[in-house]
Amino acid sequence: MSKREIIDSRELNIALNRLCCKLIENHGDFSNSILIGLQPRGVQVLLRIVQLLENEYNIEGIRSGLLDITFYRDDFRRRDGHLQPNKTKIDFLVEDEKVVFIDDVLFTGRSVRAAMDAILTFGRPSKMELLTLIDRRFSRDLPIQPDYKGRQVDSIESQRVEVLWEEINGRDAVLLTESNS
Amino acid sequence: MSKLSVKHLLDIKKLESEDIQLILDTAKEFKEVLNRPIKKVPTLRDITIANLFFENSTRTKLSFELAEKRLSADVVNFSAGSSSVNKGETLIDTVNNILSMKVDMVVMRHARPGAAQFLSQHVDASIINAGDGRHEHPTQALLDAFSIREKLGTLQGIKIAIVGDIVHSRVALSNVLLLKKMGAEVMVCGPTTLIPKYIDTLGVRVEHNLQIAIEWCDVANMLRVQHERQDLKYFPSIAEYRAQYGLTMEHLDGLNKPILVMHPGPINRGVEITSEVADSEHSIILEQVENGVAVRMAVLYLLAEKRKLGNS
Repeated sequence: MSKREIIDSRELNIALNRLCCKLIENHGDFSNSILIGLQPRGVQVLLRIVQLLENEYNIEGIRSGLLDITFYRDDFRRRDGHLQPNKTKIDFLVEDEKVVFIDDVLFTGRSVRAAMDAILTFGRPSKMELLTLIDRRFSRDLPIQPDYKGRQVDSIESQRVEVLWEEINGRDAVLLTESNS
Repeated sequence: MSKLSVKHLLDIKKLESEDIQLILDTAKEFKEVLNRPIKKVPTLRDITIANLFFENSTRTKLSFELAEKRLSADVVNFSAGSSSVNKGETLIDTVNNILSMKVDMVVMRHARPGAAQFLSQHVDASIINAGDGRHEHPTQALLDAFSIREKLGTLQGIKIAIVGDIVHSRVALSNVLLLKKMGAEVMVCGPTTLIPKYIDTLGVRVEHNLQIAIEWCDVANMLRVQHERQDLKYFPSIAEYRAQYGLTMEHLDGLNKPILVMHPGPINRGVEITSEVADSEHSIILEQVENGVAVRMAVLYLLAEKRKLGNS
């Protein structure tokens, strides 16, 4: 297995800041907006973005939540591994609010399809948007595209894009992993 | 995290402690689903489940049916009273007829111990035992454990007294087996006639004095006196049972610590517990019922996951 770093910590930080600025352009003071991190790997992106918006851009009272899409997946009973659900934490209704889904890597688009389905159990949002740190181009199974993307990466199906975080992995970076088999 | 080690849920005996942990952890996420404005997920939309109740049930049947519907499964119901069983059809014939209508899972309650096990050896569906005679009632034990864990944070080292009619109770056996597997300490308490002879071989304490039992325990699980299963007189009178083994507010007020009071239902108010106890803050009886749906959703979800598409 070979691993190559395609984005370093400085570039990752620039990308996150740029995403925050774009969000502010469209959402202003976020009074009608809700940021939803997709479990499990969108959570860290959400935490960083909220942190930046609050500390660097002085926006207060941002509402955010975590959404687990396990029960809405379209590959239940079709894959070998176990699908373990994670915590959903949404303490409010999303009725008539602008929802921004936040994830680390956009690949086939199937998780996002499931997320759109899942969020409707908390009300009917006036709008749904998608923010992804990494957009793996040319790999979509569904007609889903991000509204905000940190970086575009060209990769083939056998490769994996892995985002590392300082809080969890000790450093910020994005790796492209290739299995040699 | 791996899948369940079993294809059917027949009893607690065959489950590993990892399986129990997985079911309880999954149930926690389903409980969150049940508190959403829309309490339904599409997970089992391609699964058909038959609920076969050859014995009376209100709570368990409703709970299973609700769990199935919350998971978007297709559900067919069957009660022995209104069926061809009364015309002499055998269990396997009845079930095979139902299965030929492409049913994936069967939830069954039956008066005969081992009925679920027997069925699992003869048909291709995943079987869930919803109570087989005086043998086991695994989902009740799972929801009891879930309720205790939710309140006290763990099962490890928790002291649980199961009080009452142990000998006729499938709930008691499933509870004992499950709690021991999860590291809890278990005591059974009741009149000698209602305690099975060799129960201590399961590693439980035996006590005949209710006061000593509730002073020892963190949780008291008060079982129903099962008049319908008692072909003999096991105690002189209801009044005497109540005096010896009925849990009252005086008992609870006299303790120097709070304990949880559980009951698998249906309650004989004024026999095994008084109305005041059942409705007091010690009681988690209604939470048990609420948790039952989440736990059954977890069991159905995890067993359905074992049935890969194409095999069913």
